[in-house]
Amino acid sequence: MTVGHLITLSGVLFTIGMVGVMSRRNILIVLLSVELMLNAVALAFVGFGAWRGNLDGQIMVFFAITVAAAEVAVGLAMVIALFRLRLTVDTDRVSLLKD
Amino acid sequence: MIGIFFWLFAALLTVSGLLAITRRNAVSAALWAAVSFIAIAGIFVLLQAYFLAVVEVLVYAGAIMVLFLFVIMLLNLREEDLQVLEGPRLHILGVLLAAGFLGGLVWTCRRAGLYDAKNGAIKMTAESVGETKSLAAPLFMEYVLPFEIASFLLLAAIVGAVLITKKRLT
Repeated sequence: MTVGHLITLSGVLFTIGMVGVMSRRNILIVLLSVELMLNAVALAFVGFGAWRGNLDGQIMVFFAITVAAAEVAVGLAMVIALFRLRLTVDTDRVSLLKD
Repeated sequence: MIGIFFWLFAALLTVSGLLAITRRNAVSAALWAAVSFIAIAGIFVLLQAYFLAVVEVLVYAGAIMVLFLFVIMLLNLREEDLQVLEGPRLHILGVLLAAGFLGGLVWTCRRAGLYDAKNGAIKMTAESVGETKSLAAPLFMEYVLPFEIASFLLLAAIVGAVLITKKRLT
């Protein structure tokens, strides 16, 4: 296990999240894919921190997890508000500005 | 020994991540994502980030997933809603973009020599062990201002979430 393997694994997870964001239409799964991408970056931070032999990467991830918790709370609140308004969670049907 | 566990968790992470974005049912997608968060916590343990591993399980696999499942069940999507939601539409462009990104990342890592056993070796020093005590010292001394800002951010998020989900804004 070298740092290259960790970064590659993190990149694979980030790519999975990226494909999820780009190809899914259920907005809940899009949000879930964003969480996967955040976790991939957290893995890269901890990997690089362990490579350098200090704690700064882990502290960065600590803050990233805090922000992710806030992001999920607000994001899911917006999903609920959207569902109340349009009765759908399909991203293709939320295109009022485009039409 | 650590190598075996790394490949085990890496395989679990990749498989559960792929399953999470391809499931049609949002509940099973959320549960597969929880599995991938637990795999990440396992890799954190291998990297001696013990506190973060616990936080990952508690906050991600616990709190955030419960919030997700709560919202999925609160929305109570009917059958006809799920009919409209198709499975994954694989855009050729999106997959090409993702593959290009991953290829570029691997190429950069190879150029920088991060796969070398010597150059890319992970140092396990006494300062890099992420126990609660060793993580708390820099958090309350060097990073005390970001820490306080994070608490304000959480407060703002709570108030914002309540405000956004209110039925009527009067």
